[in-house]
Amino acid sequence: MSMRVLVACKRVIDYAVKVRVKPDKSGVVTEGVKHSMNPFDEIAVEEAVRMKESKVAGELIAVSCGPKQCQETLRTALAMGIDRAIHVEVSDADYANMQPFHVSKILAKVAQEEKADILLLGKQAIDDDCNQTGQMTAALLDWPQATFASAILKEGSDMLVTREVDGGLERIKVKVPAVITADLRLNEPRYATLPNIMKAKKKPLAKKPVSDFGVDLSPRHQVLSVEEPPVRKAGHKVETVEELVGKLKEAGVV
Amino acid sequence: MNSQRSQVIRLYKNLLHLGKDYPKGYDYFRERLRQSFRSNLQVTDVREIEMLIVKGEFVSKELEALYMLRKYRALKSRYYYNK
Repeated sequence: MSMRVLVACKRVIDYAVKVRVKPDKSGVVTEGVKHSMNPFDEIAVEEAVRMKESKVAGELIAVSCGPKQCQETLRTALAMGIDRAIHVEVSDADYANMQPFHVSKILAKVAQEEKADILLLGKQAIDDDCNQTGQMTAALLDWPQATFASAILKEGSDMLVTREVDGGLERIKVKVPAVITADLRLNEPRYATLPNIMKAKKKPLAKKPVSDFGVDLSPRHQVLSVEEPPVRKAGHKVETVEELVGKLKEAGVV
Repeated sequence: MNSQRSQVIRLYKNLLHLGKDYPKGYDYFRERLRQSFRSNLQVTDVREIEMLIVKGEFVSKELEALYMLRKYRALKSRYYYNK
């Protein structure tokens, strides 16, 4: 029996973009900024595709929640080798308040509807760095979770996952259905080449309004302010050793 | 001959697509890509064109590798301290 793998991907500001904070401190500037798939989700997509290539997985489904532009992210996933995609349509206004809690509720429902055996996702998104969606989805589904995976193997009917933990590596065995989140060293994602992007345009992409899922989208926490990290102060050049010692004494470090 | 023509066009389009992610910008990349294709405009020998196509494909593979490494390094320096 081959497994059905559901991969969640988030559209985030591209990793190479210099992020700017809005003048009113309500968030970051997203208009006219290059977006792409969250790099950790890309790793999750790649892993799913490899699972299919090694015949561990049968069907691969990608899902993304957000405004219309998320479809580009899903197309990228399809170009990398996912079979079909589901776009959960969320309006811009609702999306601004959407938090991992809401996303995990939606993902849990999608995973059940699609009868997924494995839900794969990136360990965290590089925009909010929450690192919560996978864990919360596992809790809502009451599925085992294997987070920060750096290797995934199938062993009988279970999955053998190597996890990156502070002290080194931990190997755990989980029963399917399970939630697995991808860490950086899991694999090197392939590039979505132009011919594959063209082919991906023919793959099915289902659109579902978020209202179909009956999830309460009211925010559970409030963003008070978003600020730039403090700017590093310029240093001085000293001419002599005496001056250096003087400055250090002034600063109270010697 | 005709299939080589379509191969070259495909290669050019592929490279243009890759150029969108080029660190120095798309315009910089496109200009140079165009120049390098143009400089081989006069080549008519089938075997020579074949070699140039192989070279172009090699360049696109190198670009993919460059982007992957750049992203990996950026993430590593952002999320994995003291390693």
